[in-house]
Amino acid sequence: MVKISSSEITPEEVYLDRRKFMKGLGAIAAVGLISPSSVLPKNFSGGEELTSFKSITHYNNFYEFSTDKEEVAELSEALTTSPWAVEVTGLVEKPGKFSVDDLKSRYTQEERIYRLRCVEGWSMVIPWTGFPVASLLKDVQPTPKAKFVKMTTLMRPSEMKGQKSWWYEWPYVEGLRLDEAMNNLTLFATGLYGKDLPNQNGAPIRLVVPWKYGFKSIKSIVKIELVEEMPTSLWMKAAPSEYGFYSNVNPEVPHPRWSQKTERRIGEFRRRRTLMFNGYEEEVSSLYTGMDLKKLF
Amino acid sequence: MIRFFKPAVHILCSVPFFLLISDWLNDALTANPIQYLTLTTGKTALILLTLSISVTPIMFLTGKRFLNPARKLLGLYAASYATLHFSVFVGLDYFFDWELIKDAIFEKPYVLVGFSAFTILSLMAITSTKGWKRRLKKKWKPLHRFVYLSAFLVTLHYIWLVKSDIREPLVYGTIMGIFLLLRIPVIKNVITKFKNRNNSAQTAEV
Repeated sequence: MVKISSSEITPEEVYLDRRKFMKGLGAIAAVGLISPSSVLPKNFSGGEELTSFKSITHYNNFYEFSTDKEEVAELSEALTTSPWAVEVTGLVEKPGKFSVDDLKSRYTQEERIYRLRCVEGWSMVIPWTGFPVASLLKDVQPTPKAKFVKMTTLMRPSEMKGQKSWWYEWPYVEGLRLDEAMNNLTLFATGLYGKDLPNQNGAPIRLVVPWKYGFKSIKSIVKIELVEEMPTSLWMKAAPSEYGFYSNVNPEVPHPRWSQKTERRIGEFRRRRTLMFNGYEEEVSSLYTGMDLKKLF
Repeated sequence: MIRFFKPAVHILCSVPFFLLISDWLNDALTANPIQYLTLTTGKTALILLTLSISVTPIMFLTGKRFLNPARKLLGLYAASYATLHFSVFVGLDYFFDWELIKDAIFEKPYVLVGFSAFTILSLMAITSTKGWKRRLKKKWKPLHRFVYLSAFLVTLHYIWLVKSDIREPLVYGTIMGIFLLLRIPVIKNVITKFKNRNNSAQTAEV
């Protein structure tokens, strides 16, 4: 029988159930990791048990460092995340460059507990800290022509060894339709488990779109561009027939080579059935009314 | 040296199994242990299958007949790891949930391809004994040539699993393809002639 490892890091136990979870947040707030006024945990995971801090930080798909999920934590230590500026540009009235500290103080940081479903068939429940993408977009004022948001990861092969691989077209690019980006669930995360975002999870700032497969949630963002045409992501270029622009979690649309009907929650033994839009149907299905999701995968 | 050859093969083939046991005892089966077990046993089976296929061509090229027993041993170990791989898939990954297994098989054929390769390897393992060799007579050799079909199916199974970068499965596929080429009579004849010419040239020099 396989023994599932359990982390011994304190926050994990703190987060074990809702009651303890609230108490834990109080404790974290008290030591000043997040300001008390901003402690507004929003649980979008249906009260499911959180994945351990150890698993979240030691099982990472971050091809800029390695294609081996076990290796990313160590290799990503090489990344310099400060100073860090995010450039907001393109079809906006007020373009600008923002430091991550600036963004963190400007926008109220929230706790958001989301499920994350990887296209490979595993999933986690992660307590993020961050702010809604909509908050930033409202401030930079997209022009009426802006239809999509294109985001780009840092390009720095000296620190991101994986970017030396010629198989993929670096830097990593992802995109959302403007209304998807403006959805209340769409988050810029700057932390998890009440701590600053670890490098392997996309420090210092990353996207989190919980109803889409994990690869849409682009990490270590340096550029946000409002554009008129649908951007082409790294995965769309790598395998156009397999990875579409939308990539919504959908058990009825199999990956061309494997089924998407089930998933294994990290830390659990039995597989579970995958839910439409990763269980966020209520929040997001209206974005796709009238669309053939089998064609627009 | 030759005396220690068979025991050495046994030891080397057991190493991956004991590494897995050690990973398990050290809680090092990763955050996704079942997937790790599946990938490790599958890859070990593929490597041993490749090595098993390499024995005959290497003997032909080098003339080292003592390598002969390795072919059967490596093949049997490859079949054993494939059995582990299959058992992990059915027993741990899908926990004997036939409904889910049916979905996994019929929605996308990579499972079916892997299962076909596994069936071929199992049949070969069962009929690898002297008794079966006697019973099957002239049919034995053609049956065991199916190892090349199994190698092809395993490569396809692996290619269909990776997210995009298919370089690694292609490496195994190419190696096995080259070994298959070396078994084709025409190519064998060319190499034999070349070897003979070299030999006679050397003799002439002396």
